[in-house]
Amino acid sequence: MTVTESRDPLEAQIEQWRAYLRRRQAVHPVDVEELEDHLRGQVAALVAAGLSPDEAFLIAVKRMGALDAISNEFAREHSERLWKQLVVAPDISGEPSSKARSEMLVVFTLALIAAVAVKLPTLFGLDFSEGEDLPFYIRNFSFFVLPLLTGYFVWKRGLSRRTWGWLALAFAAAVLFANVYPSEESSTLSDTEALTALHLPIALWLAVGIAYAGGRWGQTAGRMDFVRFSGELFIYYVLIGLGGGVLIAFTIGMFAAIGVDAEWVVQDWLLPCGMLGAVMVGSWLVEAKQGVIENMAPVLTRLFTAPFAVTILVFLATLVWTGRAIDIERDVLIAFDLLLLLVLGLLLYSISARDPEAPPGAFDLVLVLLLISALIADMVALANIAARISAFGFTPNRVAALGENVILLVNLGWSAALYLRFLRGTNSFSRIERWQTGYLPVYSIWAAIVVIAFPPLFGYG
Amino acid sequence: MNINKDLVAASATPLILAIIAEGDTYGYAILKRVSELSGGELQWTDGMLYPVLHRLERQGYIEGNWGSSESGRRRKYYRITKQGQAQLTEQREQWQMVDTALRNIWLAMSLPAGSITPIPQKD
Repeated sequence: MTVTESRDPLEAQIEQWRAYLRRRQAVHPVDVEELEDHLRGQVAALVAAGLSPDEAFLIAVKRMGALDAISNEFAREHSERLWKQLVVAPDISGEPSSKARSEMLVVFTLALIAAVAVKLPTLFGLDFSEGEDLPFYIRNFSFFVLPLLTGYFVWKRGLSRRTWGWLALAFAAAVLFANVYPSEESSTLSDTEALTALHLPIALWLAVGIAYAGGRWGQTAGRMDFVRFSGELFIYYVLIGLGGGVLIAFTIGMFAAIGVDAEWVVQDWLLPCGMLGAVMVGSWLVEAKQGVIENMAPVLTRLFTAPFAVTILVFLATLVWTGRAIDIERDVLIAFDLLLLLVLGLLLYSISARDPEAPPGAFDLVLVLLLISALIADMVALANIAARISAFGFTPNRVAALGENVILLVNLGWSAALYLRFLRGTNSFSRIERWQTGYLPVYSIWAAIVVIAFPPLFGYG
Repeated sequence: MNINKDLVAASATPLILAIIAEGDTYGYAILKRVSELSGGELQWTDGMLYPVLHRLERQGYIEGNWGSSESGRRRKYYRITKQGQAQLTEQREQWQMVDTALRNIWLAMSLPAGSITPIPQKD
């Protein structure tokens, strides 16, 4: 065989064929190499017999057989390949890739740092298990892992020094606002402290997103990827949590069997360290398995969109039928916030998995039905509340919940309008995507306002 | 001539094992040898050879090793194992049995009934 140059048309053809074969999950890169060697041997023999390289390539490919049939045979012989490939992903090529390995090392180091970081304040006399220090931990728990997670993406995406600097600044400001306001020395959280603890991660999640998108934050696709990432991370986190629960149950149970109390190990070490480390490990798993297995979030969305739509519709129908008013309890606004949040999640993950080019289908109709029914339910609740809001007075909790409700209402309301127009064919699906991803920072900004402005506004109460 | 698919599949294992038993070899050379041996009549779909090779490797009859070809590219060579040798012997006996039986019946069909005694099965 003669030495071929990279611009050789034959090389280009082989390259194309190889790329095509590589997309088959059951055919591993080493197999592709073996098949390529065969193809080249065949081509060389045919060229030696007097054919032109072009003709030889065509015949050799034809003799190789239909790729579908071949990959089916490979799948039958290596059926395990269609399954695993999660943690083993780095070495499917037969040779360990050093990049994948160093990434694994970085992730586990960061997870370890997160686990150690949460115990670090103990050195300064702040004890996790003691009641009076609990507010400190609750206010600050985001800082034990979110900067590390952001750092991981900064490292992985190779972000510029400038972006890096801005992100560091954001975190520094967050640390400041979380801790600078006067706080009572007590083991219970004040209202604004609880709000800070709840809203800080939401505000900082934006920083994680900017690092995750790595320069693509300005694009719809970049933000959509981050939405996908967030959903998958949530699912992985829940799964890891389930495993962790089993581990904890066994730890306590086994030591109890020999009369040793292991509860303090679980409470002081296993639980806090595991909870934070799992964020890192979960994020890495989502990154590693990208494109290997179908994402779970859209699947769950598909399953639950219709049941939720039916539930809300039945709820509305019952409301009208019985003529009952919504019982304005303390937490009713928060309950409706959660409902809208859930609907938003369903909407986001349906959008993230949808082919933007596809025409409207039955599922889109169900989604719109869900959107509209949730909006109506929320407006009924808001109307009930508005009538008596003055009687309530403005507490920080109510203002925060009301603000969130309004933000969600605007988001979903406009989404529903865009969706209806899409169903009627007057605008393209990408408009909905753009609106939805463009709106995401609003949540973080509102959360930041709650963290920064609420404590002084409500007298640090 | 088109050979029945099942027959091709059934004969593939002994053929491949025997060719590898002749000396270490690789995919393309195995197919060339098959074509040589059958006078070009036995044609496999090239790609299908590899899943079969991988199966034999998994079963422990052959082992694969990456070496390099004359042009310097990486190439996977196969060699027969002890277990493979035993398997080949066994398959050979089975095929010989089938072969003998078929020969006898072909012969019987071409001659008047009862005029020959069958070749005894050696066993």
